[in-house]
Amino acid sequence: MATEILMPALSPTMEEGTLAKWLVKEGDTVSSGDILAEIETDKATMEFEAVEEGTIGKIVIPEGTEGVKVNDVIAVLLEDGESMDDAEIDDSQSQQPVAADKEQSSETAPAAAKTHPAPAPSDRTPDWPEGTEVKKTTVREALRDAMAEEMRRDESVFLMGEEVAEYQGAYKISQGLLDEFGARRVIDTPITEHGFAGIGVGAAFGGLRPIVEFMTFNFAMQAMDQIINSAAKTLYMSGGQMGAPMVFRGPNGAAARVGAQHSQDYAAWFMQIPGLKVVMPYSAADAKGLMKTAIRDPNPVIFLENEILYGRSFDVPVMDDFTIPFGKAKIERDGDDVTIVSFGIGMTYALEAADKLAEEGIKAEVINLRTLRPMDTATILESVRKTNRCVTVEEGWPQGSVGGYISGVIMQEAFDYLDAPVITCTGKDVPMPYAANLEKHALITTDEVVEACKQVTYK
Amino acid sequence: MPPKKKDAQPNVSAEELKGYYRDMLMIRRFEEKAGQLYGMGLIGGFCHLYIGQEAVVVGLEAAAKEGDKRVTSYRDHGHMLACGMDPKGVMAELTGREGGYSKGKGGSMHMFSKEKHFYGGHGIVAAQVPLGAGLAFADKYKGNDNVTFTYFGDGAANQGQVYETYNMAELWDLPVIFVIENNQYAMGTSTQRSTKSPSYWERGAAYGIPGEEVDGMDVLAVKEAGEKAVAHCRAGKGPYILEIKTYRYRGHSMSDPAKYRTREEVQKMRDERDPIEQIRDLLLTGNHATEDDLKAIDKEIKGIVNESAEFAKESPEPALEELWTDIYATEVPQEA
Repeated sequence: MATEILMPALSPTMEEGTLAKWLVKEGDTVSSGDILAEIETDKATMEFEAVEEGTIGKIVIPEGTEGVKVNDVIAVLLEDGESMDDAEIDDSQSQQPVAADKEQSSETAPAAAKTHPAPAPSDRTPDWPEGTEVKKTTVREALRDAMAEEMRRDESVFLMGEEVAEYQGAYKISQGLLDEFGARRVIDTPITEHGFAGIGVGAAFGGLRPIVEFMTFNFAMQAMDQIINSAAKTLYMSGGQMGAPMVFRGPNGAAARVGAQHSQDYAAWFMQIPGLKVVMPYSAADAKGLMKTAIRDPNPVIFLENEILYGRSFDVPVMDDFTIPFGKAKIERDGDDVTIVSFGIGMTYALEAADKLAEEGIKAEVINLRTLRPMDTATILESVRKTNRCVTVEEGWPQGSVGGYISGVIMQEAFDYLDAPVITCTGKDVPMPYAANLEKHALITTDEVVEACKQVTYK
Repeated sequence: MPPKKKDAQPNVSAEELKGYYRDMLMIRRFEEKAGQLYGMGLIGGFCHLYIGQEAVVVGLEAAAKEGDKRVTSYRDHGHMLACGMDPKGVMAELTGREGGYSKGKGGSMHMFSKEKHFYGGHGIVAAQVPLGAGLAFADKYKGNDNVTFTYFGDGAANQGQVYETYNMAELWDLPVIFVIENNQYAMGTSTQRSTKSPSYWERGAAYGIPGEEVDGMDVLAVKEAGEKAVAHCRAGKGPYILEIKTYRYRGHSMSDPAKYRTREEVQKMRDERDPIEQIRDLLLTGNHATEDDLKAIDKEIKGIVNESAEFAKESPEPALEELWTDIYATEVPQEA
C-alpha cells in the first residue's frame, strides 16, 4: 500500500514553505530517520525525515518549488515490491488532517464575553450575629489565632517561611505557633523565596494545605513564577485533576521609611490572575474571618497584610468558628452623597475622609472590599446607583490600578447613573522615596480623598 | 561516558527484558507518530520529542513502586507512557481534543494524572524541581515511604532554583531523586558552551547530596542506578542525584533545525548506542526472545500507536463551555 508524503508543518506558525532540496531520488530505498528533503520554513531550513520505510515511487513537487502548502502531496512512498503503476493510495494512511467539526470550532462561535463576572445580588448580612460578645484584638493576634485554629482543625495545614518558627515571626504573626504545633508544622526556611514557594506548591499538589509566609510581599517577586505559573494555572492545565490549595501571606505595601524596594502594593498585580484569589483585609475581624476562609479554600489564595495595621485593635467576635466568605464587601459607613471604595490600609484614608466630609455635611458611603478577587462588584454598583458618584482609594500606583478596574466596571454597568466621572485616588506614580516628607507625599493622603469627593459632588 | 560491556545474561528475567524493550519501543513509535501528526498540522504549538532518551524513564520506572511520584519538564510524553498513562489520552491532548488528559486545555507540555501520580508536564525550565521536592515533602510529612522522581535537563541544571531546592531537600532529608537527563544540548547550546564544570551530579556534593553518573543509553544501567537511589531515599537518608547521560535524536522542538551539531554526530549515536537496539541485541544474543517474539511486540505497539492517533483525530474539540471551567476548584481535587 503506497503512502503519500505530505508537506510537513515544521513550526507552530508555518502555513507554506519552499521545498529547497530533495536528498533522495525516485527509486531510492529509505528507512525511518533518513533525511528526505530540506525544507525552508518562515524561520529556518529544516531537514525532513522519513517516518516509514519504503521506496520513493514518485517525487511530486520538484526541488526549488516555493509556496508549497502544508499537507500538499510532495512524494509517494511505495512498500516493498510495489511499483508506481500498481500503487493504490491508501487514504486512511495518507494522513490528511481531520477537519475539526465546524459547529464546535472556536473561530465560528465566539465564547460568551466575560470581561468581568456578572454581579450576584449583594449580601448585606452582618459578619456576626447581633449580640455576640466581641473582644478588642490586634490584627496581629487575629491572624495568629486564625492560623492556630485552622492548624488545630486540620492536620494537613502547616506554616513555612523565613523566621516563622524560632524567631516567632519577623513581625510576630506566628508567635507561639512553634510551641503549640512543633517543628514539623511550623518550619523555618532559608532565605530562598523562589525555592520554598515552589516546595509549598509541590506540597499542595501532594495533598497538604501549606501557608507560605513571605517576610514581605516585596520578596514574593522572586517567587512570582511559582505563584502564577505553577500554583494559579495548574488546575486549568490539568483539566481539573489537581491544583494548589494553599495560602501565600505576608505584609504588603508601604511600611515606613524603608525605601523603594520594600514599599510596594501588589494588589493590582495579583488581582489580574485567573486561578488566584486575592484578599486584602482591613480590620482584625476581616483578618481573622478571611484567613480562616483562605486556609480552607481549595485554591491558591494571596493574603495581603499590612505592617502598619498589624498593631491596630478592632472588635473581633468571640465565636467558636468565625469565618467571612470571599467576595463579600462590607459597608463600613452608610451615606447618600458619594461612594468611597477601598480595601486594606486604604480604608484608613477612606474612613478619615468620610469623617471630615461629614463635618461639612457630605455623607459618604464607605465600602471595604476585603477581597479583590472575587470582587463584590454588586455592592459597589448598588451603592453607586444610589449616590451617583464614586471615588476609589488605594496606596498602589495609578496605571493598571484596582481603582481603574472598578471604574471600568462602573462605566460598563452603571454609566447612566453617574453624575460625575469616577476618581481613582492612588499612590503617586514614583518609586517610594526615603525622605520622610517625600514619602508622605508619595502615598495617598486623606486630604486628597476629601478633595476628590468634593470634586465629584461639585462642592 | 564509555558504555560498559554487556552481560548477555543480566540479572533480570526474560519477561522483564522484553517489557523494557516494549516500553521503549512504545515511546519511540508514539513520538514518531506525534512528529508525523505535527507535520500534518494536527498538533500545534510546541512539541518536544523524547526519541533517543527512552532508556531513562523506562529504567527508572523499573525501580519505582506504586505510590511513587514523578514530575518533569515539557519533554514529557515518554514519562507519561512509561508510568502507564493511556497513549490515547496523551495523543488526544497533543491534538487538543476533549479526550486528552487535560481535556485539551494543557497540550504537549501540560499533562497530569492523579491516578498514575504524574504531576506534570511543566513549561518553565526548572520550575518542576522545587515542585518535586514539595511532593516529597508531602510524603515525608505524611510519614509514608514514597519517593518522588524529579526530572530535569542539563539546561535546567543551571537555574538557581535547582540549588535552592538541593539545599532544602538535604536540610530536610526529603525523599526526592533528582534525575538530570543530560542530553548534552540546552536547546541549541551544548553543555560545553554553557557549563564550566562538566559533571552536574558533582554539584550535589556542595549540599551533601550523593549522586552518580549513569549511562542513559543502557536501560539496565539506569534501572540499577535507580534502585540504588530509591533505596537511599526510602531509608530516610534524603535526596539522591542521578545524572543520566542521554541523547535526543530530534531537534529541541519540532521547529528546531538542529544546526548546532552535525548529522554524523546524531547518526553515530543512533548506530552505536541506540537504547532500543541494545536491548534488542541482548534479547536475541542471550536467547531471551526470538525474532518472532520481537516482531509480535512491534506489531502490538504499532497497533496501539495507530489506535491512539485515530482516537486523537476523532475525539472532538472541547466544548466551548470548557473555556470557563477548572479555573477555581470548589473542593480539594486531590487526596488529603
